[in-house]
Amino acid sequence: MGKPMQVARHWRHFREKYALVGGKCENGHLMFPKREVCPVCGSRNVEEYQFSGRGKVVSWTIVRNPPSGLEYYRPYPLALVQLEEGPVVLAQLTDVDPEEIDFGMEVEMVTRKVREFDEDGIILYSYKFRPVLKPQKE
Amino acid sequence: MGKLLRPNREVGIVGYGAYVPMYRIKAEEIGRVWGISSFPIQEKSVPGLDEDTITIGIEAARNALKRAKIDPKLIRAIWLGTESKPYAVKPSGTVIAEAIGATPDLDAADFEFACKAGTEALQAAIGFVGSGMADYAMAIGADTSQGRPGDHLEFTASAGGAAYIIGPKSSDTLAYFEASYSYVTDTPDFWRRQHEHYPRHGNRFTGEPAYFHQIINAAKTLMEELDYSPNDFDYAVFHQPNVKFPLTAAKILGIPKEKVLPGLLSGIIGNTYSGATLVGVSAVLDIAKPGDRILWVSFGSGAGSDAFSLVVQDAIEEKRDLAPKTMDYVNRKKYIDYALYAKARRKYIV
Repeated sequence: MGKPMQVARHWRHFREKYALVGGKCENGHLMFPKREVCPVCGSRNVEEYQFSGRGKVVSWTIVRNPPSGLEYYRPYPLALVQLEEGPVVLAQLTDVDPEEIDFGMEVEMVTRKVREFDEDGIILYSYKFRPVLKPQKE
Repeated sequence: MGKLLRPNREVGIVGYGAYVPMYRIKAEEIGRVWGISSFPIQEKSVPGLDEDTITIGIEAARNALKRAKIDPKLIRAIWLGTESKPYAVKPSGTVIAEAIGATPDLDAADFEFACKAGTEALQAAIGFVGSGMADYAMAIGADTSQGRPGDHLEFTASAGGAAYIIGPKSSDTLAYFEASYSYVTDTPDFWRRQHEHYPRHGNRFTGEPAYFHQIINAAKTLMEELDYSPNDFDYAVFHQPNVKFPLTAAKILGIPKEKVLPGLLSGIIGNTYSGATLVGVSAVLDIAKPGDRILWVSFGSGAGSDAFSLVVQDAIEEKRDLAPKTMDYVNRKKYIDYALYAKARRKYIV
């Protein structure tokens, strides 16, 4: 028997985690994640909003002592990313060396694996950000 | 016309997209560890720690959607061909469907036929759209393939994939299928049993009776039945477990090397298994001109080949720049050593 994994707790957030789907209230305030009540104006009329996934690194750190379950991924960068639409998201950076990260670095969202619950548990996928892919010359 | 596969209505590709992870390991580096000094390829792609067949499929699918310019809700099937499913039981296609916003009005399934699974999904998508059951279906081939450490497959087993959105032939399709053909025999050249980490293969048996027999028969039958000669094709993409096999197959068929090289990426990214010909064809579509005809022949151990004749249409010019090109991923690379490669492939017990 595997350990309990709280599958439902993660399942509820798949749309938000896989594709960066947040919220927009009737007065146009954007939020991520989506909430029942708009934190700016208190409106309860909030619809789903698809963010573009483009943003800039506001600040970051390198996690060398990660929480349990994430040990194999260390070291990994964790950043505050300001989306081009405004909201700030806390997320891992990927496909980047720590020394390449800088304030204002332009990043884009990708969906990656964030953790596995043991050998027999579910695999969680979520948004991460990487440096914007540029056309390459040979 | 007896042997060709042709649907009731003509179908084509409305969008395609590829993805290859950025990490590379050079063949010499693998050879250094195992004392081997002759290599089938230069270097291969390695999936990042946070990548698997599903994440590769998601990025390829998003690129295909950018080129298709259709509402993802119109896609009525997502079929993924792979031999490295993250779950033994639980569909990968559902995760991809959720990530691109295609749920819930669609079918999803994972296909397996060793390296042929991607084109197998494509054959099914052609039939699904061609029969009129649906207007759009997505076929993906993606893998993070495994080779036993020290085995010669370790030099080539790599990661990558591509997605194709199939729709009715129109001015929105960037290429259309003239016909296809599938050739299958029971040939045990390569296999992996349940619960095993690594595949086994029949060594020299993998060449003549397996790869060449299926590829040559599939390609010849398709060309004969269409009444085409190698001269009618501007490009040819064959399954690429290494560099030598596809070039030898081209030689046997009388197709010049120059028509094969644009879609032959295994020398620098390795064998992406179910993704191999799908990624190769995506690189060709990135440079092809309207009117060009592409011969596309996959191979999967076990064994069989799917062959397609694809004609490029005008929409390619407008659509190819809507998503990253295949070579943008191929040329984006970071070399890692064997220790980091072993970490990426989860060889350490922590």
